[in-house]
Amino acid sequence: MRALQDLGEYTILMSKAIAVPERWSVFFKQTAKETFKLGVDSLWIVIFISVFIGSVLTIQVSLNIQSPMIPEFTVGYITRETILLEFSSTIMCLILAGKVGSNIASELGTMRVTEQIDALEIMGVNSAGYLILPKLIAFMAFIPILVILSMFFGFCGGYIIAYVTDMITVAKYEYGLRYWFNPFYVWYSMIKSVIFAFIIASVSSYFGYNVKGGALQVGKASTNSVVMSSVMVLLFDLILTQLMLAK
Amino acid sequence: MIEANHIIKSFDEKIILKDISAVFDPGKTNLIIGRSGSGKTVFMKNLIGLLKPDSGQILYNGRDIISMNKKELKMLRREMGMLFQGSALFDSMTVLENVMFPLIMFSDDNYKDKQKRAMFCLERVNLKDAGDLYPVEISGGMMKRSAIARAIALNPRYLFCDEPNSGLDPKTALLIDDLIHDITRDYNMTTVINTHDMNSVMNIGEKIVFINEGEKAWEGNKEEIMTSSNIALNDFVFASDLFKRVKEVENFINGEG
Repeated sequence: MRALQDLGEYTILMSKAIAVPERWSVFFKQTAKETFKLGVDSLWIVIFISVFIGSVLTIQVSLNIQSPMIPEFTVGYITRETILLEFSSTIMCLILAGKVGSNIASELGTMRVTEQIDALEIMGVNSAGYLILPKLIAFMAFIPILVILSMFFGFCGGYIIAYVTDMITVAKYEYGLRYWFNPFYVWYSMIKSVIFAFIIASVSSYFGYNVKGGALQVGKASTNSVVMSSVMVLLFDLILTQLMLAK
Repeated sequence: MIEANHIIKSFDEKIILKDISAVFDPGKTNLIIGRSGSGKTVFMKNLIGLLKPDSGQILYNGRDIISMNKKELKMLRREMGMLFQGSALFDSMTVLENVMFPLIMFSDDNYKDKQKRAMFCLERVNLKDAGDLYPVEISGGMMKRSAIARAIALNPRYLFCDEPNSGLDPKTALLIDDLIHDITRDYNMTTVINTHDMNSVMNIGEKIVFINEGEKAWEGNKEEIMTSSNIALNDFVFASDLFKRVKEVENFINGEG
């Protein structure tokens, strides 16, 4: 029953948020601000994690398939497929659900408990549209850039391992990266990430916008938003994979 | 003028406002007073349309806020200014940007004129040098003054203040009271103030509505409040030692003590 009520309230909030902005100039300014806060500020963590996961993945695969029956370039191939299909979209979005989701929920939650959202309403501003829509647009627009960068730096991580260790040669790693490449997987990953970005930004906004109480409730909303965003990302990962890849 | 007629409001079958009627006059500081939990905040939220009463009418110069559609309500809200208990300034903006915000959202003037108007409002509340500071960098009294400047930026016809003196020292509280009073008179606004601060009541209470347990128990002005025979009002007014002493001195002067 509570879940149904939440779903209804979430839908109403989104219909309020996804409305024509009152002032386009203000909307563009807010969107640019949010792009920096939610997207550009996430660049370093995305790059850092991608390099390390790419490296670790290459080491793990290399250690686990040491067999004369399996060609050496398979290491590069598996690294590529893992990064393209799951890591750069799903796992990266789960990490961003923690960073971006908690940021959104705590910001809106604090605005709610300090009556800043009420102040917007009293002025006659559509508070949901003013606060939530720029976050949705900014994060959805920037996430493909984060995904592409994650892919690139993930491959770089594997390349570093191939270069500095003797687990695999650079030439074979590169061959594995190019072997039987399906460009659709890049699109699949980006489409998934845009949907995940919507889930993270909207679910976190819902939890933050509807906070009642004080600091304790803001913290709780922040935690709940991360948990719920992560669950929804995984659920939609399953659905989208079935829809887009299953033959 | 704002008229509230027979307002009833309940939450989960508990009646909070029991048939309250009141008229708030333009050019006057109208005070809603009462104990914590008496229903005055709920009453104010009904007045400004943040809550919808179960029954009754709230008329802004004859226009009923309850029966307004979204667009009409939005237009009416542009005629309102509100000072919140915690000031509700936007943390991410400077004081000047906060004051400019309603102008940027709703005024068709060019940027320079908007800035000029915002600076005028800041000067009006004696804060012209604080424009570049962020809310976290200023004191509670300055925050209230900034919020007043923001509230009057669009020249509102109606000004609402929720506990404007909470968290302020008595001297700053008096300054805020005087500022609200002067602005109300200068711009002929209908100002409604929610308070339980007796100093404010005695300073600027041109019209006072006393709410007790969800009912309007008394109505009058600051001169009449000290001599009222309403028991609930006397319990509220003379709860502090200071006002008890004032009453004793008054009785002594009148030869009753």
